[in-house]
Formats: sequence, structure tokens, C-alpha cells
Amino acid sequence: MVTELPWDEKTGTLRRDLAAGMMNPACKHALEAALQIKEKFSAKITAITMGPPASEEVLREALALGADRGILVCDRLLAGSDTYATSLVLTAAIKKECPKFDLILCGAYTADSETAQVGPQLAEELDLPAAAYVEKLEIKGRTLRVRRLVDNFRETLEMEFPALVTVSMENYRPRYTELMGLENAFDGNGVIVLGAAALGINASLFKNKGSRTKVRKVFLRKAQKENVILQGTASSVVTEFLNKYQRKISTAIGKSIEEKKLNDEE
Amino acid sequence: MKSKKKSIWVFGDYRNYYQNRVTLQLISKAVDLAKTIKAEVCALVFGHEIDEWIMEYTAHGADRILAIDDPALKSYSTERYLAIIENLAKEGDPEIILIGATDFGREFAPRLAKRLKTGLSADCVGLDITDDGLLLQIAPSFGGNMLAEIVTELHRPQMATVRPGTFKEIPHNYTRKALVERLPLMKKLPKSRVRLVEYERSVEKEHTIENASVIVCGGRGMGNKEKFKKLHDLARLLGGDVGATRPVVYAGWVDHGALVGQAGKHIKPKIIFSFGISGAIQHTAGLGEADFIIAINKNPQATMMKMADVAIVADASDVLNTLIKELKKRIRE
Repeated sequence: MVTELPWDEKTGTLRRDLAAGMMNPACKHALEAALQIKEKFSAKITAITMGPPASEEVLREALALGADRGILVCDRLLAGSDTYATSLVLTAAIKKECPKFDLILCGAYTADSETAQVGPQLAEELDLPAAAYVEKLEIKGRTLRVRRLVDNFRETLEMEFPALVTVSMENYRPRYTELMGLENAFDGNGVIVLGAAALGINASLFKNKGSRTKVRKVFLRKAQKENVILQGTASSVVTEFLNKYQRKISTAIGKSIEEKKLNDEE
Repeated sequence: MKSKKKSIWVFGDYRNYYQNRVTLQLISKAVDLAKTIKAEVCALVFGHEIDEWIMEYTAHGADRILAIDDPALKSYSTERYLAIIENLAKEGDPEIILIGATDFGREFAPRLAKRLKTGLSADCVGLDITDDGLLLQIAPSFGGNMLAEIVTELHRPQMATVRPGTFKEIPHNYTRKALVERLPLMKKLPKSRVRLVEYERSVEKEHTIENASVIVCGGRGMGNKEKFKKLHDLARLLGGDVGATRPVVYAGWVDHGALVGQAGKHIKPKIIFSFGISGAIQHTAGLGEADFIIAINKNPQATMMKMADVAIVADASDVLNTLIKELKKRIRE
């Protein structure tokens, strides 16, 4: 079985303790876009993430791929933050560690709850011109030109640095990490770990300025399905399947596939 | 503009009106919620030459329309809309703001929530009012397999984006009346820092898969590109579309428009055939709305097989070939 994120089959939840060490797929595309910019303009890349200690591995991976340094924001106080709080904290980290940035790139989606909200909210916190779902970036001087497809409209947008984009998975296919690079990244330094206090965030401030939403309950999406299992040779399972579900399929496709001679439907 | 009643605002996202009627669906749900909390439903319409939308939103249930009609708003602009709504919300003090989870809405709503210093839940699949009178926001979590009940307790407005297709619109009634307030464009409209260089409606046939009632999906378990191509034959027989997982798109077996999941399309077919797909969360995140799932995989332990209504344990490509042969015999137009 190939799964790309650790998935607890019993509870249907993502095991964040294990997932913390894996880079979100869309963020890999954002990093790739950054690496291509670096190759062209000799930029410096800072990779930033917020999460449990294991998230440091994500930054090590970014370093191995070509990022220049990593910043991990890690503090128990920040656990369970919604996107409102997360963007607040990341903003504090950016202002402290790289106040003179030109461009912020985020993945356009996250693998877990897929809110896609942190990028736009960062833009708001940092008061930046921004565009989401960017497929292609071009830089001329201090001007950023981006292309994207949103709601069936193909758009070309321009803005001046500093700016923020969220990168879609359309282009910028991530490169592979060379093993040597990965080992070196783990050997060396290059990752700074910051707690909430270092960012001037304490419990009472976070209570006021932190999360706005509250999760009251989490539950499985559907009642367990019947999950009928059919086994056998291709021709026997296909016959069994079609006989059992011919009415359902006929309805869905708007054409009849029912065999008249059979009476033992569903 | 001041209203004594509580008010539920619905953002008028009309750009893809004929394909995507999410604003009408939200108005309908807002009418429901409004009964419980004794509120009025107010639709926001910003743009140029917008009478058509004012009429539509009125006909579909809005009590009040806040409209700004100005050539400066001819095309969608996140920054301008943010400034306008921020300004209106300060005065109008809405209890709830609902926004369609279109691409635009998903970019716009988080920024608006941040600007109004309030909470937002993304991509809701259900809305209700709690016993303590709060907006209950039911949103997918963990890639769509779980649902979370979310509330914004202390801050206003309570905000949610909602997936298109979640609610049913109220049938139109063109004799309905709403209080239409035409407001002037605010004087100090900030200059947009994002310049729209060009835009055009895409004529690519990309979005059909989202509306298909049958989808034939394939993953790496199909073996190779030639075998994968046969999925198109089955799709044609069933009048459906072909979907794919990310590794398959990366391998060039099919183009990106077929990608189903987190970074691709969210589909809601009546039936989905899933051939040789293990069920990585990036893919299954797009299947939340599928009614009936048939998975074919050699490995009965694959996540996709566990998620399925019918799990066929066999070689995906063999089953595909046999199924095509059998269906050709059976289908009568």
C-alpha cells in the first residue's frame, strides 16, 4: 500500500506526530519555485514552519534541497492554533528573522484540513500584495508577474516586492533530495528553533490575539459503509458485480445495462 | 444601511453564475438560519452593471441588497472588495458572513476574516445554529474523512466559506421584493497593489469532471500508460470522465486536468470506479462527495478498498478489460 502520509485507519485521523516530519506536498512546489528563483537571481531562501519538534525534519529537507536556513517555531503554547493564530505567529517570526524579505512563497494547500487560509492571512498580517493559486512566476527588477487560473479565469497579475504568493501544484514539480545533501543537512546547523517567548508571545496575549475558532467536536464523516468484497477471476467478479449492481449503474449512467433474463437484482 | 435586526450577509460571487450557483445556495441556507436567530438576509453585490445579480439574489430570497455599482469595480479585486466590506461591516455589524468556496472566495475570505479580526472555517459542508445561538460550522477535517464542528464564540461576524453544491437554492420568484440599497463607492478606496494585466475566461474544458455523474479513476496500479488509456474507453461507455492520482499525472499518463484530490478537482459523482488506487490522502481528499465507490485493487488492505462500497480484489487492468467487454454487450441506449 502506498500512502504518503501516516494515516490511522482505526480513527481515520492523520497521525500528526508522524506527519510532522513530512513536508506538505504543495509546500514542496513552493520551495521548488523558490529554488528556481535562487538559481536565477542568487537569492537567499529561509524556510519557516511552525509545529512540534519533529517538524525540524521538514526544514532539514528544505536545506538539503537548497534552502539557506530554517526557522522552526515550536512551543506548547501554540498547539491547536487555528489559521488566525498561526498567521499571527508566523508573522512575528518573519519580522524577527527576515524583516527584509522580498517574497514569501506558501503552498496553496495543506494536506490535513486543507483550509488554504494561512497564506492569505499572512498577506493580511504583513500588509502585502498577494495572489493565491499561482502557477508561474516571473521576476523583472522589483516587479513580480504571476499567472494563475481561478474560477475558470486565466489571469496575469503584477505586483511589486515585497509580496506573497501561494503556489499551486500545476508547475514547479519538486526535485529529488540527493542523499548526500540530506545527510549534510542533518549534520550541520542552519535551523533556528524559536519559542513563543522569543517572539514576544505569552499566554495572555495569545488568549486575546490567538485563535478565533473553537472545535467543539470531531466525528467520522459517514456511517461505516457496507464494504462488499468481491473476489475471484476477472470474469467472475465482473459478472457478479454487474448482476448485483446493474440497476444502480443503469440509473447513474442513464442507460440500461440490465439483463432481462435475470431476476435476482439487488 | 444601519439595521436594527441582526443580519446575515452573503457575498455575491456572480462571476461564474451560470456554472456555479453557490451564492444562491448560500442565500437559501441564510434564509433558514435567519429564521432561527431572527435575522435578515443581506446579499452584497459589487461590480459594474450589476442589476442582473441584484434581481437574481432578490428572486432567490435575499431581504436586503447592499449594492455598489461603479466602473472601478468592473473586474474582481481582492484588495478593493476587502476595503469595501471592512468599511461596510464596521457600520452594518453583521452577525454572520457567508462566502462561497470558489477559488476567489477561498482567497478572499481568510483575508477578510483577518481584517475583521474574527474566525473563519473553510469549505463547510453544513451550517446550523447551536443551542447557544452560535453559527455551527461543519467543515471537513483531516483530508475529508472527518468532520469538525466549529464555532466562533467571542468574535463577530462569524464567518464560513461553503462548498458549491452543499445547499439547494430556493426556486426563483421574480415578483419578490427586497430592500435595495445602492451605495456610492467609498471615497478613500485604496489603490490596488495587485495589477490585473490581463484576464480571460478560460475556454478549456477543465471543469467538466467536477460535474460528471460517473468518474473512472486510475492510479499507479494500472501498470502503465497504455493500460491506463483504456480507462477512457470505460468512461466513454458510461458517459463519464477520467480522473487520476498525482503519481499518474506526474508520470504523464494523463494531463493535469484529470487530477482528483487535494491539488486537483473535488468530485461528486453518483458512481466512481477506482482502478489501482491505494488511497493516499492527497487523492481521497477529493472524493468526499462521491455517492458510491467501486474500488479494484490486488491489495485488499489498500485505504481505497476500505473506503469503497464495493471492493473488488483482483488485477485492476484485467477487471477493466473484462468490464468493458461485458458492458459493450449489455448497454442498450
